[in-house]
Amino acid sequence: MLLITCPWCGVREEHEFACGGEAHIVRPLDSHTLDDAEWADYVFMRRNPKGVQYERWVHNDGCRRWFNMARHTVSHEILAIYKVGEPKPEFEG
Amino acid sequence: MSGRLKSGGAIDRDEVLRFHFDDREYFGHPGDTLASALLANGVRLMGRSFKYHRPRGLLAAGAEEPNALVRLRSGRAAEPNLRATMVELYDGLVAESQNRWPTLRFDVGEVNSLFAPLFPAGFYYKTFMWPASAWKHYEWAIRRFAGLGRAPEPGDPDVYEHRHAHCDVLVIGGGPAGLAAARRATRAGARVILVDEGAAFGGSLRGNGQAIDDAPGLDWVADVVADIEAAADAVALPRTTAIGYHDHNYVTLLERVGDHLPRPESGQPRRRLWKVRARRVVLATGAIERPMVLADNDRPGVMLASAVQSYLNRQAVKVGERVAITTNNDSAYDVAVQLKAAGVAVPALIDLREEVAPALAERLAAQGIELLLARAVVQVHGKYGVKGVDVMRLAPDGERVSGEVRRLDCDALAMSGGWNPTVHLFSQSGGRLAFDETLGAFLPGTGGQPAAVVGAAAGRFDLAACLADGDAAGLAALEAAGITRKGRMPQGPAAEASTAGTPPRNLWQVPTGPGKAATAKRFVDLQNDVTASDLALAAREGYRSIEHVKRYTTTGMGTDQGKTSNVNALGIVAGTLGQEISAVGTTTFRPPYTPATFGAIAGRHTGLNLDPIRRTPMQAWHEAHGAVFEPVGQWLRPRYYPRAGEDMAAAVNREVKATRTSLGLLDATTLGKIDIQGQDAAEFLNRIYTNGWKRLGVGRCRYGLMLHEDGMVFDDGVTARLGENHFHMTTTSGNAGAVLSWLESWLQTEWPELRVYCNSVTEQSAVAGVSGPNARLLMESLGGDLDFSPEAFPFMTWQDGTLAGLPARVFRVSFTGELSYEINVAASLGTALWETLMRAGAAWDITPFGTEAMHVLRAEVGFIIVGQETDGTVTPIDLGLEAMVSGAKDFIGKRSLARADTARGNRRQLVGLLPEDPYLVVPEGAQIVERAGMAPPVPMIGHVTSSYFSPNLGQAFAMALVEGGGARHGETVQVCWDGRSAPAKLCPPKFLDPDGSRARA
Repeated sequence: MLLITCPWCGVREEHEFACGGEAHIVRPLDSHTLDDAEWADYVFMRRNPKGVQYERWVHNDGCRRWFNMARHTVSHEILAIYKVGEPKPEFEG
Repeated sequence: MSGRLKSGGAIDRDEVLRFHFDDREYFGHPGDTLASALLANGVRLMGRSFKYHRPRGLLAAGAEEPNALVRLRSGRAAEPNLRATMVELYDGLVAESQNRWPTLRFDVGEVNSLFAPLFPAGFYYKTFMWPASAWKHYEWAIRRFAGLGRAPEPGDPDVYEHRHAHCDVLVIGGGPAGLAAARRATRAGARVILVDEGAAFGGSLRGNGQAIDDAPGLDWVADVVADIEAAADAVALPRTTAIGYHDHNYVTLLERVGDHLPRPESGQPRRRLWKVRARRVVLATGAIERPMVLADNDRPGVMLASAVQSYLNRQAVKVGERVAITTNNDSAYDVAVQLKAAGVAVPALIDLREEVAPALAERLAAQGIELLLARAVVQVHGKYGVKGVDVMRLAPDGERVSGEVRRLDCDALAMSGGWNPTVHLFSQSGGRLAFDETLGAFLPGTGGQPAAVVGAAAGRFDLAACLADGDAAGLAALEAAGITRKGRMPQGPAAEASTAGTPPRNLWQVPTGPGKAATAKRFVDLQNDVTASDLALAAREGYRSIEHVKRYTTTGMGTDQGKTSNVNALGIVAGTLGQEISAVGTTTFRPPYTPATFGAIAGRHTGLNLDPIRRTPMQAWHEAHGAVFEPVGQWLRPRYYPRAGEDMAAAVNREVKATRTSLGLLDATTLGKIDIQGQDAAEFLNRIYTNGWKRLGVGRCRYGLMLHEDGMVFDDGVTARLGENHFHMTTTSGNAGAVLSWLESWLQTEWPELRVYCNSVTEQSAVAGVSGPNARLLMESLGGDLDFSPEAFPFMTWQDGTLAGLPARVFRVSFTGELSYEINVAASLGTALWETLMRAGAAWDITPFGTEAMHVLRAEVGFIIVGQETDGTVTPIDLGLEAMVSGAKDFIGKRSLARADTARGNRRQLVGLLPEDPYLVVPEGAQIVERAGMAPPVPMIGHVTSSYFSPNLGQAFAMALVEGGGARHGETVQVCWDGRSAPAKLCPPKFLDPDGSRARA
């Protein structure tokens, strides 16, 4: 159970949140020019790193706002929480 | 014979508690556990073993007990698999033994012992899986005769609760090390939670009588606990086990609030699950003694030396009159001396080691206890209780025993095979363990969370070291938690340091002796009846990974999770494989540390508190008029309204017929409603829905389909344009929350530049759906300022107005295929609207209808229900809704519709299905194959999604998804279910009014 600092509400228990999977996947604007493999890469393919993962979370039982998180998938250490649109912080590993 | 001593122990001899075990009455005292009280009454047989039904008594005195599992209380309040060692005695306690029939002493299942060759390691896999047809007979018998307790009857009368807490320092374990840490942190003013699984604090001090600061150790314990209880921000919780150590220093504690009482106090739960976030954790979880693996080491009376000592000092119970002791380390010497001092005969102390410190030997000599060095117990005699042990000389390499067999008369054997630090929680916290060759045990290594492991849990067993360790950890925790110390810090507690000892001799199994001892069972895991030869067999059969050995042999499973057996098992497996223990590694430690009941885990989250029911404002009317309800998501909706003598089919037929021919009334309040506003609202809907929304006029409604990005239908509904920048979206009843979250996720993460705001307004309005050819006449009869003529109020438009004096918003939309109006009023006016409609509609015999009739009506005209015709694998094209898919714009899921797999022609497509037998309603979900009589394997080409009887058509009809079905209308297929099958003809999925003229009337 993670202890998550919502950018709007502060420190809250994980069960108030839902994880929305990998962050920083941009929806292609020119989808009609993509071949099936390229489109499938956007729709289906996700990284599953052992290490730092950038992912989307939403404070479902709170302010209902989405935000991004950098989390280490082994130690579950939360390295950064940042708002949608803010630049992705870089971490080793 | 075990029994009670005349004096000593932390029991109250002035108070007598009556209790029952297996229908016999016994007496005990406050301070007793069920285990100690039974021992005091001379009862040593407390259970039967899992596979062989061998007689078993107590092994331990604490949480690690594998044998003495009992069922407490009865009926709905019963609870199985409780360790007698952890059950505090109260007046009127009723317990019974398990896994025996008919009685503990005469157990028919003991016959299993005769068939022991049938139950080797992996016996489930080997013996009984073949032939497969016989398994179902064997399984019944095996499950009856091999097992743990029975589940209680449903309907637990007790309450359980959860409590959330935060603290600076959580100290787990109230022994000397934990108390020293808690005292230090409390005195500095930190928020401290101290927990111990026992009924009182003190840990090892409760059982061994050691001194601190030159006074009895328990005096110091009382001082520290009083300090904590007096502190404003500290709490000391006895009877509380830390069962799980999760991420971010989140620890779950199971507090047994009412278990030690005949029944929980009024207003108190039986148990409380604490969910604690700690800035620092101090793990002072102590250590668990290891049994020795030797022949017939499971006989009642063979116990851990620490348990013998604990019963002696805590409850003044002697486990026997003559107690032999065998050990591989120094700790059992105190036990020998204390037994002797209490008047118990100790025929000998048998030490595996070649030599020990002279001081130890002298202590025994002073008490007249014979010391046998380099000797081992090779055989225990006695079936229902120890009658003696055989001792032989142990070779220096530990591989053999030799020489004369010496029999010692005794009625109990205390054994110490070394100590395992209780590293379970440290391991759960993500810490890695390191094997210490000297101690022969796993110690906390690196990693884990912000925590310190102290005392015996860290492999430091000496009291002085434990106190120093705890005191230092308390200080460090303060520093790490950022607590500024207040006032003068006291000196740490002191105890006499013990003299340098002799390291243990780690021998994972005692070599087999001659004769009967050569074939006797040498148990490693008592709870699961796993022997040393089972483990060796598994290794010989090729199991290398310790995780596989565990699952194959079941060692370390069950309610005790191998607390006394795991390291011995590892040692034996490593020895057989010729590997180091550190290379074999341990199995994974998982929560909970000790069993937790579902009641405690659920807390108050049961029944309606877990899954509340949503009701519409018209619920009381529905109930008063005999509606039968069905759950739709969390909503409770009327399914049909039976009249006297009607069954469901008759009621539904009547409701369907009335709506088609005159007038029906549906409570449509549950429809999800989302208010969408903002200057980019139309653009947003254009991206969300498959069809176009920008040119929809204000005042008009449109049906929309939503896809996920994979092209599969996710939701549908009618959305109305209330203003240039204002829309009213409806969703399926069960999906409203998911749709709102879906919209929000796109607005916030992908298109934050769009100025759009979404709000759930589902419960703001009550909705009555008026449907049928006489619907317009009813609306006109209500009186108000709306003109319902087809010209003034055409299909797929909405208007605000007053209806029978009620402010209303009326949508002219239709889900039944009939002329329909959906009337929205404020939720508080729902009943008034409904009753008005029923009164005014009487002229046309208005008929309230439920969800079942609604389903038939919509299916007759071929309208889909998302979640019934679709299952997350269905595209709009599969549904024949190509016209809904815009070619002119992009929308979520569009590109996926052109993927090779999504675009292929033989996908399962929506078709109508008319069974050849016109009265046969085929089950929904039935599989469809090409024709009857095909040879297996028969390819399944589709399935039935909706199936009803239509009183309007006079026959049964269905909808189905069939491969390439769109091009196969007119063909016959075979519908199969439950060993039956029937032919049915494919047709277009519209059975009535194919051009939709009735709804447009």
